[in-house]
Amino acid sequence: MDGEVLVKVERLSKKFCKDLKTSLWYGVKDLIGQVYGNKGNETLRPKEFWALKDINFELRRGECLGLIGHNGAGKSTLLKILNGLINPDLGKVIIRGRVGALIELGAGFNPILTGRENIYNNGAVLGFTRKEIDAKVEDIIDFSEIREFIDMPVQNYSSGMKVRLGFAVAAQMEPDVLIIDEVLAVGDIGFTTKCLNKISELTANCAVIFVSHSMPMVGKICTEAILMNIGVMRAKSNNISDVIQIYFSEFRNAKQQITSFENSTELNNVKLIGDYKEKNIQVSNYLNNIKIHYKFSTLSTSNLYIAFLVFDQNLRSITAINTINDLPILRAADNNVDGVLSFQNNFTAGKYTISLEVYELTPNKKLGKKLIHANHCTEFVSIGVGVTMYCPVIQKGNWTLIKADD
Amino acid sequence: MLDDNHLSIKVYQKQNNSRISKLLGDTLRNLVGSHFLALQLAKRDISAQYRQSYLGMLWLFITPLATAGVWIFLNASGTITLTDTGIPYPVYAFSGTLIWSIIIEAINSPTSATNAARGIISKINFPKEALILSGIYKLCFNSMVKIILLLLFVFAFGVGFHWSLLLFPFTLLIGITVGTAIGLLITPIGLLYSDVSRLLAMGLSLLMYATPVVYVVPKTGILKTIMETNPFTALISTIRATITGQEYEYLAYFMVLGGVCFVLFFVGLVIYRVAIPIIIERLSA
Repeated sequence: MDGEVLVKVERLSKKFCKDLKTSLWYGVKDLIGQVYGNKGNETLRPKEFWALKDINFELRRGECLGLIGHNGAGKSTLLKILNGLINPDLGKVIIRGRVGALIELGAGFNPILTGRENIYNNGAVLGFTRKEIDAKVEDIIDFSEIREFIDMPVQNYSSGMKVRLGFAVAAQMEPDVLIIDEVLAVGDIGFTTKCLNKISELTANCAVIFVSHSMPMVGKICTEAILMNIGVMRAKSNNISDVIQIYFSEFRNAKQQITSFENSTELNNVKLIGDYKEKNIQVSNYLNNIKIHYKFSTLSTSNLYIAFLVFDQNLRSITAINTINDLPILRAADNNVDGVLSFQNNFTAGKYTISLEVYELTPNKKLGKKLIHANHCTEFVSIGVGVTMYCPVIQKGNWTLIKADD
Repeated sequence: MLDDNHLSIKVYQKQNNSRISKLLGDTLRNLVGSHFLALQLAKRDISAQYRQSYLGMLWLFITPLATAGVWIFLNASGTITLTDTGIPYPVYAFSGTLIWSIIIEAINSPTSATNAARGIISKINFPKEALILSGIYKLCFNSMVKIILLLLFVFAFGVGFHWSLLLFPFTLLIGITVGTAIGLLITPIGLLYSDVSRLLAMGLSLLMYATPVVYVVPKTGILKTIMETNPFTALISTIRATITGQEYEYLAYFMVLGGVCFVLFFVGLVIYRVAIPIIIERLSA
C-alpha cells in the first residue's frame, strides 16, 4: 500500500563521549545497566555531548528523505540507529518492513577468495539464503559486468571492481526501507549511472533515507530534506532547494588564492555588485543578471584576454565568460583595467565560485603569456528553477506551438 | 511483530522492557535462522586460511605436539620424574595438550570471532549470533582434525579400543560447551578492554600447570587441593578417560560443570545480544 508510514522517529537523542577511556567505562556501566533494563537519562555525564538531539520525522512509502549536513553533523549516527546497529539514548524509532542498507558494499568479502565465493559471503551477511543466492548468482555477475574475473581472488580486484560486485549483490535486496550512505562515490560514470537507475527502481516501492554531500544528487532523488548541524535538525522541508541553500550558507567562504606570473599583474578588486538578499551570501534568482566589478593593474602593454570561470561546489567548471568574442581588443589604460561584467544567471540551484584568468593576447589573437590566475575571487548562490532532472545550466529557449487542427 | 499489511515492526529505544523469555526466544530464533550465514562465514575463514598456506592443517596441532614433545623428552631423558600415569606417557601428554588446546580455542572463539567481524558489525545489521555459531563450527572442524590425529596416536601406542570411546564425542562436546560458555561471558568486557584477553591468555597458560595436562594430580599437598578445585581438571581427565578407558575420577564434578555451563551458554548468548549495540557504539569510529 502506498503512503503508509514506514519510518517514524520520535524525539530521538543519542549521547557520545569525547574521551575513549571514559567512553569505555560508560560502556561497562551501560552493559551492567542494560542487563537490568535501564531507562533513558536526560542528563549528560561528564565529557559527554549530544551527538543527536530531538530528531523527529516520518517517512512514508514512496518518499525519499535526504539527510545533509557537514562532516560530524550526526548523519551517520542517525543511520546507525535507523539500521538498528546502536540503540538511542532517548526517544524511539519505529520501522515497518524489511530494512536494506547500502552503507558498506562488499561486507564479508575475504580478499583471498574468488569473486564467486564472495558473492555467497556477502549475500549471507545481507540475509539471503543459499537458495536465493544460487538463483541470483548469474544476475549478480551480469550486473557487476566482471564475469571475466569472477573466479579471480578479490584481492586482485581494483576498488571499482569490488564496489561493482558489492553493489550487484546488494541490488538484489527487496527492502521496504532503504538506507543509502554515500556509496556511489567510487566506480566509473557508466556504473554509477547503472546504480542510480537501480536505486530509482528500488525507491519507487520503498521509503528511502539518503545521505549525501552531492547536492545535485539530493535535489534529484529526494522528496524531503533535513539539514543536520551538530546533532540537531537545523532545517526540514519539502522544498529541497531551501534546505540546500541553508546548508551552503553554513560554509565559510573559501579563501581567495592568487597567482601572479612574474609579478606582472596585481589584482585590486573582484566583487559582486547589486542587491542581494542576504549579507554574507550572495543569492541570485534565475535569469537575474550577475554583475562583477573587477579591477587590476598590469605592466603588460599588449592586448589582454580576460576570462571568468564559474565552478560548482564539486569544483567542476560549468561555464566561462571571456573577452575573446565579446571584447577582442582590450588594453590596459595607465596600467589599469577597471570594468564591470554582467551575465545572466541561468544556473541550477547551488553555490558557485568564480575564478579569474588574465592572459596576454598575441597580434594574431592567440593566447600569449599568462599574467594572473585568481581562484575563488567571489561566489554566489543560485536559487534556480524547478527542473525534473539535474543539470548545471538551465537554458532559456523560445517555444512556438504549431496548432495541429489548422 | 506484524502490522495489518504483514510487515514486521521493529522498535528501537533505550528502555529494554523485553522479558528474558522473549530475549531468549529471539536469540534462539536468530541462532537457528543464522545457520547458513554461520556456516558460510566458517567456510570462508577455513578455506581462506588454507589457501594461503602450504603447511595448512599442520598448524592446528603443531603447538600441542611441540608442548607434548617437550614433556615427553623431559620425562624420557630423566630430567624430571613424573608419577606413573597408568598409560604410555606420550599418549597421556599428547591427549592432554590436544584436549587442552581445544578447550582454550573454545574459550577464545567468541571474542576472536566477534573481533574479526568488527568491520561489519558496525555497518551491517545481521544476526550477531551467527558469529558465535561460526566460531563453534570452526572449532568443530579444527577439533575434528585434531581428534583424528589423536586417535591415530592412541592406537599407535597400543592403548587400543575401549567402549568408552563411544562416549568421547559427548564428553568433548561438553568440554566445548564449557569453554564457549566461559568465553561468551567474558566477550562483552573483553571487546571493550584489550586487557581482558591478555589477562586471560596469561591466566590460562598458568592454569595449565594446575590441570592434569602433562602430569597427574599429586597424591598429597597444596597442588592436589588446587588441581582438584580447578574445573578444568574434571574436564581434561574425564575427556581423556573416555579415550584411554581409565576410570572417571571426577565424573560428578564434570556432569555438574557441564549442566551449569549449558545454562550459562544461553545466559551468555542473551547477554551478548544485549551487549552488542553498546559495544558497537563504543568501538565504531
